[in-house]
Amino acid sequence: MGRFHRHADGTVHTHDHDHDHDHGDDLRRDVGDHRGYVDTGTERVAVLETILAENDRTADANRAEFAAAGVVTVNLMSSPGAGKTTLLRRTITTLGSRLRLGILEGDIATSLDADELSGLGAPVALVNTEAGFGGECHLDATMVRSGLGRLPLHDLDLLIIENVGNLVCPAEFDVGQHARAMVSAVTEGEEKPLKYPVMFRACDLVVVNKIDLLPHLDFDMERFVRNVRAVNPAARLVFVSARTGEGVGEWCEWLLETQGRAL
Amino acid sequence: MHELALCQAIVDTVSRHADGRRVERVEVRIGHFRQVVPDSLLFSWDLLVDGTELSGCALAIDHVPAVVECAACGGATTLDLPVLVCGSCGSTEVELVSGEEFLIASIDRAKEVC
Repeated sequence: MGRFHRHADGTVHTHDHDHDHDHGDDLRRDVGDHRGYVDTGTERVAVLETILAENDRTADANRAEFAAAGVVTVNLMSSPGAGKTTLLRRTITTLGSRLRLGILEGDIATSLDADELSGLGAPVALVNTEAGFGGECHLDATMVRSGLGRLPLHDLDLLIIENVGNLVCPAEFDVGQHARAMVSAVTEGEEKPLKYPVMFRACDLVVVNKIDLLPHLDFDMERFVRNVRAVNPAARLVFVSARTGEGVGEWCEWLLETQGRAL
Repeated sequence: MHELALCQAIVDTVSRHADGRRVERVEVRIGHFRQVVPDSLLFSWDLLVDGTELSGCALAIDHVPAVVECAACGGATTLDLPVLVCGSCGSTEVELVSGEEFLIASIDRAKEVC
């Protein structure tokens, strides 16, 4: 079967069908008088299913598992190099004493980011998409599911899913998260919200990172904020330097609010 | 970038609805604000169905324009860029009524099981 039928946890399952397999009515119609439409021999059948239906079903299963474990999840996305991992290092050390945090680390290859985050007191599970997932440039619900067994979900309050660095594809795939956040570094320029609107529209919060570099750049913050507002008027913005720690407190407050609100 | 994964999802859903019959055409409805490149989708489709039971099945892409309706003046605007503003009065109190579709709309399948 295809990629959306992977079952990394090794289970075999039956797919839900929206119809039974008793074709009584269809058969009666089909064996009837065909003279009216023998020319084509085909019939148009309305499907009207979202293309990502299979992914969405798995995402719902993930959501149910998170709810059963009492853990709130945030899907963290960005382009490569925007600073997700550095932000998460800060997040673990800042929030570690206030709630039980876990990380699911998604990367195409290598354990570099997972290694950087391990040993800080939060359990980290790595999902490499090149290992059995065709080297996909995003995490989908099945990939996330494959990593859940390696995390002590029942002992966590908050799980942050660090998605594969990419501003396009991760935005399309529900992985079962309660909230979506993204990191956009000031080094990426002001026009990214207009160029990658699906990502910016998908997120509840945008972390504007690397603000310590602003004195060295021509970055126009007002224009960037205007562009974010144009595609997503409701998104919350926090201004952060994951390197110096500036603004990280406000990001952590949002995580605490999200965790409290979702329960 | 993810068109191959999307095509695989389309193939899976179509196979489920085919009920063992030959499928000649699949129509998908994709909104303007979805980041899907039609040529890339078609290329991935041919690649995936080649040599399978769906070989020769045509993929038709119905592009749905992005339209906002304005709460202030009631006007409808078709958007190119994803800047949610009314084209008539400039209000941002607009609701996106189409442009985010991502559906397998229909399949044309043989009436008889082959």
